Amino acid sequence: MNWLLITFLILGVLAIASALFTVLSRHPIYSALSLIVHFFSLAGLYLSLQSQFIAILQIIVYAGAIMVLVVFVLLLLNLSESEMKTLQGQSRRGVGIALIAIFVIILANIIMVNYSQPTELTSRADLFTAQSIGNALFSSYLFPIEITGILLFTAIIGALVMAKKKLID
Amino acid sequence: MKAIPIEYYLILAGVLFAIGILGVIIRRNAIVIFMAIEIMLNSVNLTFIAFSSYLGDISGQIFLFFVMAVAAAESAIGLAIILALFRKKQTIYVDEVNTLKH
Repeated sequence: MNWLLITFLILGVLAIASALFTVLSRHPIYSALSLIVHFFSLAGLYLSLQSQFIAILQIIVYAGAIMVLVVFVLLLLNLSESEMKTLQGQSRRGVGIALIAIFVIILANIIMVNYSQPTELTSRADLFTAQSIGNALFSSYLFPIEITGILLFTAIIGALVMAKKKLID
Repeated sequence: MKAIPIEYYLILAGVLFAIGILGVIIRRNAIVIFMAIEIMLNSVNLTFIAFSSYLGDISGQIFLFFVMAVAAAESAIGLAIILALFRKKQTIYVDEVNTLKH
């Protein structure tokens, strides 16, 4: 058997199942926990694509920083069980599922038509190291990364201003 | 070692993106909508990495860097908005927030 295919199938099924559970579960804290599983399975997929640095980054940034923020806010809001409402509107859910089905079919058609020639995955573990990514980031992508720094700085100030108590009253 | 075709990764990314859209459409809890947006961003990241790995080009990984930075900024701002909304309105259900309508 092809071990790459088996790995892909396990990780892909795990990613789809955890994403579905995130979207459909009743309580937000279960959504958050299964979203962590989703991030880990995506990190595994990145590893299967020989991008080890990005896989580690995925775990650190998403499963570390962003999920800590989400769970922290969930705990801070302290929603009681009575406030939990069921998924609203069966009709809206039906419309959503139909829309998604059409979207997936169109997407599969587009993918099957456009990329019919086989592309082989050769060994690229030496190409995607932290060193080569850093070299690219600070040579040919220097201006975008500075702009990203400004974006993150602005986001910090914006979050601080918005979460302040006095502004609300 | 026989590699799996790139279409598998693209279809997986498309399905994940569709699940994210489904979450944005059918859920009303602002935090769950936020998490569905994260799923969509991650599916796009998967496409970037798949193409970058199959074509041997490092640009996809660089773009994933920027997507991650934007996602981090978005999560900080979005959760601050949700927090402020909860302080003001005592709710995080998006259909109960209709002040701008009137």
